[in-house]
Amino acid sequence: MAQLTYREAVAAGIAQEMERDETVAFIGEDVARAGGVFKATVGLFDKFGPKRVIDTPISEQAILGAAMGAAMTGMRPIAEIMFSDFLAVCWDFVANEMSKSRYMSDGQLKCPLVVRTGNGGGSRFGAQHSQSIENWAMAIPGIKVVAPSTPADVKGLLAASVRDEDPVIFFEHKSLYAIKGEVPEGEHVDTLGTAKVVRPGKDATIVALALMVPRAIQAADKLMTDHGIDVEVVDIRTLVPLDMKTISSSVAKTGRLFTVEENPRLCGWGAEIVSIVVDELFWELDGPAVRITTPHIPLPAADNLEDITIPSVDRIYSKILDVLR
Amino acid sequence: MAKKKTLKNDDIDEKKRLELYNSQYLIRVAEQRAYDLFLENLVKGTSHLSLGQEAIAAGFATAMQENDKSFCTYRGHAHTLARGASVVGVLGELMQRDCGLMRGKGGSMHLTDTSKGVMGSYAIIGAHLPMAVGSAWRAQYMGHDDVATVFFGDGTTNIGAFHEALNYAVVYKLPVVFVCENNNYMEYTPIESITAVKNPAADRASAYGLDSIIIDGNDADEVYRTAQVAYSKARSGEGPSLIECKTYRQSGHSRADPGAYRPDGELDHWKKNNDPITRYRSRLIEFGVKQKIIDGIEENIKRVVDEATEEAKSSPVPPEEILTTNVYANGGWAWRN
Repeated sequence: MAQLTYREAVAAGIAQEMERDETVAFIGEDVARAGGVFKATVGLFDKFGPKRVIDTPISEQAILGAAMGAAMTGMRPIAEIMFSDFLAVCWDFVANEMSKSRYMSDGQLKCPLVVRTGNGGGSRFGAQHSQSIENWAMAIPGIKVVAPSTPADVKGLLAASVRDEDPVIFFEHKSLYAIKGEVPEGEHVDTLGTAKVVRPGKDATIVALALMVPRAIQAADKLMTDHGIDVEVVDIRTLVPLDMKTISSSVAKTGRLFTVEENPRLCGWGAEIVSIVVDELFWELDGPAVRITTPHIPLPAADNLEDITIPSVDRIYSKILDVLR
Repeated sequence: MAKKKTLKNDDIDEKKRLELYNSQYLIRVAEQRAYDLFLENLVKGTSHLSLGQEAIAAGFATAMQENDKSFCTYRGHAHTLARGASVVGVLGELMQRDCGLMRGKGGSMHLTDTSKGVMGSYAIIGAHLPMAVGSAWRAQYMGHDDVATVFFGDGTTNIGAFHEALNYAVVYKLPVVFVCENNNYMEYTPIESITAVKNPAADRASAYGLDSIIIDGNDADEVYRTAQVAYSKARSGEGPSLIECKTYRQSGHSRADPGAYRPDGELDHWKKNNDPITRYRSRLIEFGVKQKIIDGIEENIKRVVDEATEEAKSSPVPPEEILTTNVYANGGWAWRN
């Protein structure tokens, strides 16, 4: 095992796939010579050169369109959209093009590409550089949606995304880039569509994603220490395909479900999961399923305001305690 | 005085000319058929015809090599047919039958036949320009010799993706040819009334360091020659071209649009004096092609389109079990376990 930061795991994942497969190339704004604004792709340009690691103009539509045209005709491109908020300017390619071309052409067209993007809050950047938009992506048939919470998952799920035959939107959390974790040595490839129980427990289930995972674990540890409440935490890891089996078996065991979501409340991913659980596991539940989310507001810039907007360890802890007591 | 052109001294030989005529005539008859079938309620939804614009599709497709890629708009029947897609497949798709190119899952606006290099028809204005750029990037990256051609209307020149794609293609010197079919109308609005420059594509070319190329889009020979130059430039690594083809849409924008926004007499003027098929037929005769040969081509095409129409009419509608196929690469639609 090697200790890598989350951002180093991004570069490691891309490098692993580029070494393996000549058809993998990487494009984006400031990703090559500068190594990315989040320094997540440092070293790739030096290693693979200007043919395979390419600085593009600020042209998000051209970036995604080019990735798509290349993917349709035999490459496996990785495209970076610097901040996930910017996906709104090229959303046509996500919502109408890469997601639908296979279906509309009845399988003639394929689109094996990865769109990597910096998602989420905590950086005090304000409403246009901080959003969690994974639920936008989840709402579109035809794409896959990945959002890792650890360096190992970054590398393994990124590799799986590159090898996947479908277009994948890969959400990296900006506030996790600096965290460190163990990453397996050598080739590391994970499996899309698999959630993970990252903290076993018996009294309640928290389902969380990306930055909310470490916060949920901390809250669960505190609930155990302070009140002896034993909470299981499930890291969803990929929203599409959604591993309901892992989630459902946890809820069946604990009888309680909490979702911790950074996306704004309305139509957040937790709503879908709660609805499935209510449909399919209603008689296993010992109480209401509760969603802990960012409220339905644009994100503020001020640190004190942002901190009370996004679910915090304290908020997760207090809410669960309130509901369970 | 310039020497009179004859088939002997011309750069386009008789075989090629007949190919160009065949292609134009096929598009004309198939598009008219599509219109008739629409009025019979056998073509469902919508339909955007290229009547009057046949020379552009024919000229470019005839100049392409087999592995070249075409990217089309919703007005894409012509380009799909010009690449040699089956007439049954095209009409069947318009009629949303199981025999359609995409078994009725795409419809008129999304004709695709990758076996013929038709990499799809796209109905969100501008989106397919960057895609063609991406195909060209792949060709350059992998050392393939194919060129991507992207066809779009005059209205597309006012959307951002047009400008992003051009800049991108020029910066990386990609083998892509941008073809603007300027048929004078952005849907119902005269293009000149809502564009800052007179020639919506060509006048923008200099902003991207490209030559300003304007051609008579109703002259298949001129289109064919221009395409050859652009393809040879692209294949020799000298980058993209932007070509504005002046033409006229003889049909409405879509469906049964009567085109009431057109000034009186305009349509008749174009049909009478500048119809690509009529012009080309005259040229063939002028160049000594026997009437019998022209008649033979026309008869054959009418027969092909008639037979295709009947075959498509008798094809079943798509089976319900394909509703959920090909959403994902595993063939299905499952988003959860």
